[in-house]
Amino acid sequence: MVTDSPDDVRDLVVVGASLAGLRAVEAARRTGYDGRITLVGAEPHLPYDRPPLSKAFLDEGRAPEAPPFRTEEHLREELGVDLLLGTPATGLDATDRVLEAGDREVGYDRLVVATGAAARMLPGTEGVAGVHALRTVDDAIAVRAALDAGARTVVIGAGFIGSEVASGARKRGLPVTIVEGLDVPLTRSVGPEAGQVCADLHRANGADLRLGTGVREVLVTDGRAVGVLLDDGTQLDAELVVAGIGVVPSTGWLRDSGIGLHERDGALLCDATLATSLPGVYGAGDVAHWPNPLFDGQLMRLEHWTNAAEHGAAAASNALDRSGGVPVSSVPYFWSDWYGHRIQFVGVPQADEVVVLADEPYLALYRRGDRVVGALTIDRPTQIMKLRRLISQRTSWPEARTFAEGLPALRAPQPAG
Amino acid sequence: MRLAIDYDKCTGLGLCEAEAPDVFEVQADGTLLCLDENPSEALRAEVESACASCPTEALRIIED
Repeated sequence: MVTDSPDDVRDLVVVGASLAGLRAVEAARRTGYDGRITLVGAEPHLPYDRPPLSKAFLDEGRAPEAPPFRTEEHLREELGVDLLLGTPATGLDATDRVLEAGDREVGYDRLVVATGAAARMLPGTEGVAGVHALRTVDDAIAVRAALDAGARTVVIGAGFIGSEVASGARKRGLPVTIVEGLDVPLTRSVGPEAGQVCADLHRANGADLRLGTGVREVLVTDGRAVGVLLDDGTQLDAELVVAGIGVVPSTGWLRDSGIGLHERDGALLCDATLATSLPGVYGAGDVAHWPNPLFDGQLMRLEHWTNAAEHGAAAASNALDRSGGVPVSSVPYFWSDWYGHRIQFVGVPQADEVVVLADEPYLALYRRGDRVVGALTIDRPTQIMKLRRLISQRTSWPEARTFAEGLPALRAPQPAG
Repeated sequence: MRLAIDYDKCTGLGLCEAEAPDVFEVQADGTLLCLDENPSEALRAEVESACASCPTEALRIIED
């Protein structure tokens, strides 16, 4: 039976079995919802944590571990979840409220879509040994094995994932070249000023950073990568090629559903409560644009751990809320670990002005209009959350600057490894 | 309530500090300092949020 009253909801379906999906399930039970929950996932694995895959997982030595967040027993028994793993969603019938997953049909009263995004691959490299993205645990196992074999590594794309892979390879003493099409990396994520500082971290740690250069082709011999040919004719020898060139929101299965999708990237268009354009359907995590009230309703789609966690919980709570749910307001936060340094960013990078308050260790504040909207630190872990609070409290720019300028300078730690 | 903190799991990401700044503070070296190991009931909502938000699941509440 199709129902619009939360009191009558008996079937909650969560599609996407990663962090956002898990948090959705947990939040649903926390609200006291005692109906059926089905968790549908494309990967065969139980929900697991992705950030370590491009960090500790690549370290030399002990065998890598990627334990699931929760055991199957916990999910089934404690949380009462029906698991449908290794079962990618293939379609949605919004009229009859049925999720299609291959030959399975799962009816829902409420649906949380948390299918995330898929790593973009280099055209023409499908099935080529030695060429990988890094999104899933299976990707990470393959990259790690190549590093174990001492691969010369070319990373394509100087974003956060690519940079962490480069850092992992350098930590093992392996030669790494990073190829980036932009003249300054990470401009979209942190702006050009901080992007420059991040570029310097690569150079200081022996990675060969080639900026403003595209890849013409990956060179393949006997089905295996042997190198990369750049646009400028340079040839780089490599046994491992890692593509960190962004992601594509996983919404292909929704194309015929009538759901509202963003015209640029095809991700879900949600409102402030994470409701999509279809009744009873909510979005969460990497797959969802939503207008963030904290930044005057700026439409955002974030690929951050914290966002997936917050969205997952909020989407399920709102889906089950009889008053229609509450707007999701948050200060974006992400971190990245390179060469023993911790980069942390809070807020949004689109700014009228970026002021660098300290170089060593780095601290920059981002201004939009008359308020502080972002902060980036390197190796200032005790300060980043205090800066985040300024943003969540919509602190004025002069006040934020005064606060930040009063922070202790700290001493730059020695890079590890 | 009491707090059980697994310092081996903690990587100092600071989400607990964001949720409950009177109870948790990441130090300059990235380690976590617990400012109040027996937080009062008035702080329960914050502390529960902090424990739930930890990316490494290093925090747990033990009921007295």
